[in-house]
Parts: sequence; C-alpha cells; structure tokens
Amino acid sequence: MLNNLLAILLFPGFLFLSIFGLVAEYADRKIYARLQNRVGPPIFQPLADFIKLIAKEEIIPTDANPTMFKLAPLFALTAVVTAIFNIPLWNTGALFSFTGDAIVVLYLLTLPTLCFFIGGWYSSSLFARIGSVRAVTALFSYEVPLFIGVLSSAMLADSWSLSEMAVFYEKHPWFWLFNLLGFGIALTALLGKLEKGPFDIPEAETEIVAGGFTEYSGRFLAILRMAIDIEMVVGASLLAAVFLPFGLNSGPVLGFILYVVKVFFIVALLSLMRTIVARLRIDQMIEFCWKYLVPLGMVQLLINFIIKGVILQ
Amino acid sequence: MKFGHTRLGKMAVEVLKTFFQKPNTVLYPAEKIEMPEKFRGKLKFYPEKCIGCQLCVKDCPSNAIKIKKLANGKFEAEIDLDKCIYCAQCVDSCPRKALEATKDVELAQLDSKKLKIFINAGPQEKT
Amino acid sequence: MSEEEKEFRIPIGPQHPALKEPVSFSLALRGEKIMGVDVRLGYNHRGIEKACEERTYIQDVYLVERICGICSHAHSTCFVQAVEEIAGLEVPKRALYIRTLIGELERVHSHLLWLGVAAHEIGFDTLLMFTWRDREVVMDILALLTGNRVNYGINTIGGVRRDIRGEDIKEILKATDILEDRTKYYIEVATQETTVINRLSGVGILSHEDALKLGAVGPTARASNVARDIRKDDPYAAYGEMDFQVITDDHNDVYGRAVVRLKELLESYKMIRQAVGNLPEGPIAVKAPRKIPAGEAVSRYEAPRGEDMHYVKSNGTDKPERVKVRAPTLANVQAVRHMLRDRYLADMPIVVAAIDPCFSCTDRLISIDRQDKNTTEVIEWQALRAYSIEWYKKRGIDFSKLGRSNA
Repeated sequence: MLNNLLAILLFPGFLFLSIFGLVAEYADRKIYARLQNRVGPPIFQPLADFIKLIAKEEIIPTDANPTMFKLAPLFALTAVVTAIFNIPLWNTGALFSFTGDAIVVLYLLTLPTLCFFIGGWYSSSLFARIGSVRAVTALFSYEVPLFIGVLSSAMLADSWSLSEMAVFYEKHPWFWLFNLLGFGIALTALLGKLEKGPFDIPEAETEIVAGGFTEYSGRFLAILRMAIDIEMVVGASLLAAVFLPFGLNSGPVLGFILYVVKVFFIVALLSLMRTIVARLRIDQMIEFCWKYLVPLGMVQLLINFIIKGVILQ
Repeated sequence: MKFGHTRLGKMAVEVLKTFFQKPNTVLYPAEKIEMPEKFRGKLKFYPEKCIGCQLCVKDCPSNAIKIKKLANGKFEAEIDLDKCIYCAQCVDSCPRKALEATKDVELAQLDSKKLKIFINAGPQEKT
Repeated sequence: MSEEEKEFRIPIGPQHPALKEPVSFSLALRGEKIMGVDVRLGYNHRGIEKACEERTYIQDVYLVERICGICSHAHSTCFVQAVEEIAGLEVPKRALYIRTLIGELERVHSHLLWLGVAAHEIGFDTLLMFTWRDREVVMDILALLTGNRVNYGINTIGGVRRDIRGEDIKEILKATDILEDRTKYYIEVATQETTVINRLSGVGILSHEDALKLGAVGPTARASNVARDIRKDDPYAAYGEMDFQVITDDHNDVYGRAVVRLKELLESYKMIRQAVGNLPEGPIAVKAPRKIPAGEAVSRYEAPRGEDMHYVKSNGTDKPERVKVRAPTLANVQAVRHMLRDRYLADMPIVVAAIDPCFSCTDRLISIDRQDKNTTEVIEWQALRAYSIEWYKKRGIDFSKLGRSNA
C-alpha cells in the first residue's frame, strides 16, 4: 500500500513526471531552436517559467464561472498523471495492468482536451470560446487515427492490455517493424492531441491570441502548462510502449536508460515535424485526417491482419 | 490553379543541415559586433575648431545641440543624447568640421541627467 | 440573416498579435465565417504633415524619413524629388544612381521582411527565422553604405550625402550573390510546400476588375494582373536607364502576391548589379538654396508597398507651406474589406498581411478650412468623397461609379 502510494506520488508518478515533463519541454524547445539556426533556451528555462507563473497574480474575468475555470486545469493534470500507471515503461509490466487498459489510457489522454474546452468555454471571452470550439472540432479529426494506430499494434499482439502486448513483442522480436506505418500515423495524430505543429489551430497565436488559454494567468496557467508538458511525456511513453517495445527486459538501469532514449527520440521527431510545416486551417485539418490518415490506418490494419493470419498461424 | 510538383516538408533537408551548424545569434554582451566605418553614433565635438556660426543648431531636426559662447573664440556644445536622432546633419552643415560621428552606440543610462553632455575646451569634460 | 446561428462581433485590434501596428478591424462572425468587416484607422496619427510646416526643408528630410521605418527611403526620396522640382535643381547622375541603389536595397529588405511576417501569420515560424536571418545581410550592407540600418539619411536636397567607394561595391556584389541563392530557395519553398500553398491559395481573392475599381496599388494590384509600376510608367531617379521587367501574376490571391514579391526580389538583384556596374563619375550633390521659391509639385515613387505620393507647396520661405503624403496602404485598405467577405477567421491575418500594411504611413487627417464661415471642421471620408464627386460633376466629369463595390 505504502509502496503504491510512493510510486504514485514520486516515481514514476507525479514528481518524476513533473521533472521529466520540464526536461522534455526543454528538449523540444532547444531542438526547435537549433533547427532554425537559433540558440534556444537554457536547461532551467521551463522550471524558471513555472516558478514565475506561480508567483504571479491570478485574474479571473467577472463573467467567467469561477469553479469550472479553476477546476479545468486540475482535472487535466490529474488525468495525464493517472495515465502513466498503465503503460509499461522499462519492463514488461506496468504499475497497474488489466485487460483493456490500452483503451483506458487513450480515454485518459482525451480528457485534457475536454478540460481545455471546458476551461475555455467558461472563460466567457470571445477568443477563448472560439479556441475551445476549435479544440473539440480538432478532437473529432485526430482521435480516430490515433485509435487505429494503437489498435493495429494491439491486434497483432492479440490483446487489449499494454503489458500483455509488451510480453508478446518480447517473445517475437522484430515484429514491431510491421507497425511502422501505424507509428507514423500515431505520431501525426499525437501532434494534433498535443496541439503542436500543423495542428496548433486551437491555440493559434496570430488569430485568436491564445485560444482557450487566453484568460488564464498565474497558478492556473502554470498547472495548465505542466499538464501539457506531462501530456507530451505520457503520449511519447504510450507510443514507445506500443510501437517500440524492444529491450524491455534488460534490467532496471539499462531499461530505464532505454526508456528515456525512446521518449527523447519521439520528442525529437515531434519537434522536427512541427518545424517544417505551416499551420492548417480547421477545415483543412479535418479533410487531411479523414482523407489521408484514416485510410492509411486501414492499410496498416490490413497488413497486420495478413501477418496474423499467415505468419502467426 | 496550377502548381508544379508539391512536397510536404520541403524545408526538412535545409532544417536538418542547420541543426549541425553554429547558431546565427550573436551572444551580446559577451560577443560584440563592430559597427561599420560610416556608422552614425554618438557625436564628438572639437571645441578648438568651432567658430560659433550656429549652423548646426539651425539644421538639427530635433533641437538636440546648442552652442554657447563661453569667451571670445571659446565655445561649448550642449548635446542632448536622448533628443539626438543620430542623422549627422550637423556634421555635414559645419563649415569647419568641428563635429564628427563616432561608432559609439552603447549609450543607455539609468539616470536621465547623464544624457545631457557638455563639451568645451576646458581641462575636463563636464557631464 | 438566418436565425439559426447568432452573429457576434470580434475585435481584431487595436491590440492583437496578428497586427504589427494598431488598427481596428471589427469582424462580424458566424461560427468561423466572416460576414462583414469594419475598418477604423487613425491610431498611428502623429501630426507629421503639420510638423513639416514648422521645420525647414533640410530638417523635413529627416522628419519625412521617419514616417515609416521600412519604407523610409521611399518617403525621403519622394519628398526630396518634389522639392528639387520646385527649386529647379539638376541632380547629378551619380546621386540618382546612388538613390536608385539604396531604393532597391530597401525593396529587398522590405520584401524579405514581408515574407517572414507572412510566414509567421500562417504559423510557419521556421521560414520567419530563416528569412530574417538573411535579411541581416542586406541590413549590414545598408549600414556599410549609409551609416544606419534603418532610416538611412542618405538623401539631401540636391543629391545624396554619402559616396560609395570601390571596396563597398565588392561587398554589395558579394551580398547580392548570397541573397540571390537564398531567394531562389525561398521561391522553391513558397511554391512547393503543401501547407503553405494550402493556406495561401484561394485566399483573399481580388479580381482584375475589382483591383482597378478599388484602386489597389503595388504588388496587391500586380498580383491581379494590373501592370502598374511607377518605375516603368513614370520613371524617376535612374530607373529610366535600367533594364527590368514589371512582374505581374494572374492568381488574384495571396499566393499570387507572394509570388510577385519574390520575383520582384530577383529583379531587384538585377537592378542592383546594373546600378553598381554603371555608376557614373561626378559630384554627389549640388548646392541647394535654403529658401525654396514659391511653387508646388507632386512626386511619385514606387515604394515596396505600392505607389507613394507626396505633394509639396512652397511659398518662398525656408519652411514649406503644405506637405501632403498619400501612402500606398491607404489605397489597399479598401480592398481588404472586399477580400475578407465570406472567408474564414483563420484567413484574416494572412489577408491583412498580404497587402503589406504599414499603418504608420497611412494615418493622415483631413481638416477643412471653411473660408466663408471662418471655421475649421474635421470631415468624414464619405462626406469628403461625396463633396469631391459633386465638385467634379460641376466640371463635367462623373466619378461616382469609381471605387464603390458592394462591400
């Protein structure tokens, strides 16, 4: 019992995720800057931003609903921290695993977007409302490709539990190479979930100031940004567990290092992808996701069907 | 609407090449850039050459320079560094070349009184 | 207006991250679609025209230059050309070539700046960083030649103030080669990158007839196949002896405007090389009198944003009697209202950025001195327009069909 509590609060729970989230944000910003021939922030910059935001005054608009306005960031943070416990990180067993926990993790990762919608809507500012509506509209475009990507890998392993998938891929090494198309699709969909890259429409700075986050300041903005950073780490961990499940039984130290390398690799890919494209309009994003990503997902599913039928029988 | 061949992520190659190059940023104030020859920075006044014709005062677009007569043949210039627009029109208007534009650009001060400088031929430059 | 979706007004400006300068666009939105636009200008009004009347001509050269930071040489040259015409001064050829050279270098810097800003408005920050990094090359050359990176102060009444030496010419040619390589790469990126084409094409459509009716100038008009360029139509400085093409495009949208500006960059490099290669020997200025004789003159200049017009009236003293500035953005702002109808909110920043707005240039005030009633009043744009149509009707010309679309 005490073991579990320490795991939830410290490692690999809240404290570890916070630090890892800040370091991942630094890596993302540094890579983004270096790709653009700039210097980029120093390593303590995300921590400095966090401390500065906590020290500032919160301003809640008069027309806003104070309860929802304050609770939305907290719910987002809780949801992403809860999701990490079902993902196998550096060995084939997650902290808590049960059948169908892949779906639970995907559901928990959807909650932050809904919390951003609620926070933006109840801010009752025009820009925030437009931003929050855009966030939910985008949700309808990238959720399905993400699900299909994770589903294709789960289908090959014949299980809905992430830990059992990890055990399967350990027994059949190199089978994760069949899922590379799904990896690409899930990576693009993850860009949409994290509101980065060509899909940062809900937070388009040049159009609607800051979207759903416009009215947030002080502590709540600090919690929101922490939730976004941790969402990036958890999303990358999910992708690492589903699509790069190799070396999971290499022992505690090597396994941990391998896990960190995998997460930074995915973060680097995300940074590269958001550097080389412009922002899409919301209607273009819906068109792109449904016209290109979903059919590619179907192709990946078909490939995995064939492999399951032919090779594994 | 006809376009040639299109590519997604056209800048990828260039961007990856840039990743391994030195950043283009100059790390000021650790590194400083030298201003070119003709750069119009802070003014320099030679009191011994001034004849007090006041042409520089007349031509200054922002009334930044004033010439005061201290004694016969001795003049003092009062330059407001915050009014000056560093156009160097006074440098061109002076018939005796008593004014010169230097390359000094680091003129920020915490005390606004320090931005008014007096230059005369006395033993020290009063600020 | 249907009752299903309510319309609400969203204020873009005066303070907004999309705008580089204060201006108020009040958009009526239904969902993401723009139903109407209301424009209010005037936030950048500084009283420059009045200030010009209280300063001598030589002081006014520097004041007029500071109307805008990006097209400063345009305003300064336009003013100085008007004054030189009134005074009947014959500017030496070398000075004309140097003015042209600095004018083209300014066009390069302005178009590279525009490309970066347009990329930022569509969320493509990488292109912003790259183009502004390359713009530093031009700024360094301008600092080398004139003594400052913006507000060059190279013009004086009767010629230019600084000469160009042999080693400067070598630097100019080196920089032009580097920039030409980079510009060709940016043309490739702008015309081949899928997301950029998606955001820029089909947006901000202005047909050829509408461009003529609404009086668009500069690259905004040239992208709708209106071949108007003051450098060819009414050559000034050394443009009469330069060999270049007027770039037009028939896409009629923001993509066309981007293509026009990028191709104009290549023409500018050609002109810079010609100016440097054919630089005639001689003095760089003639002595100008302090008191300009009475007269009036209109001078036009092709600024990077379009046609810039200055009107100067002198009365024999050393201060002008009236200076009037008509900046190109004023002519293009009406086109923005027309272009934004029935488009999405996400297109607003790029459509406004596509006319390359410079509201510092634009904000002027019209005040009418009624000589019969001895009062001064401030008149609204519509009333002034109606008055001028009446004035011309009495003289037999009917302008009432011009310039009004159903916006």
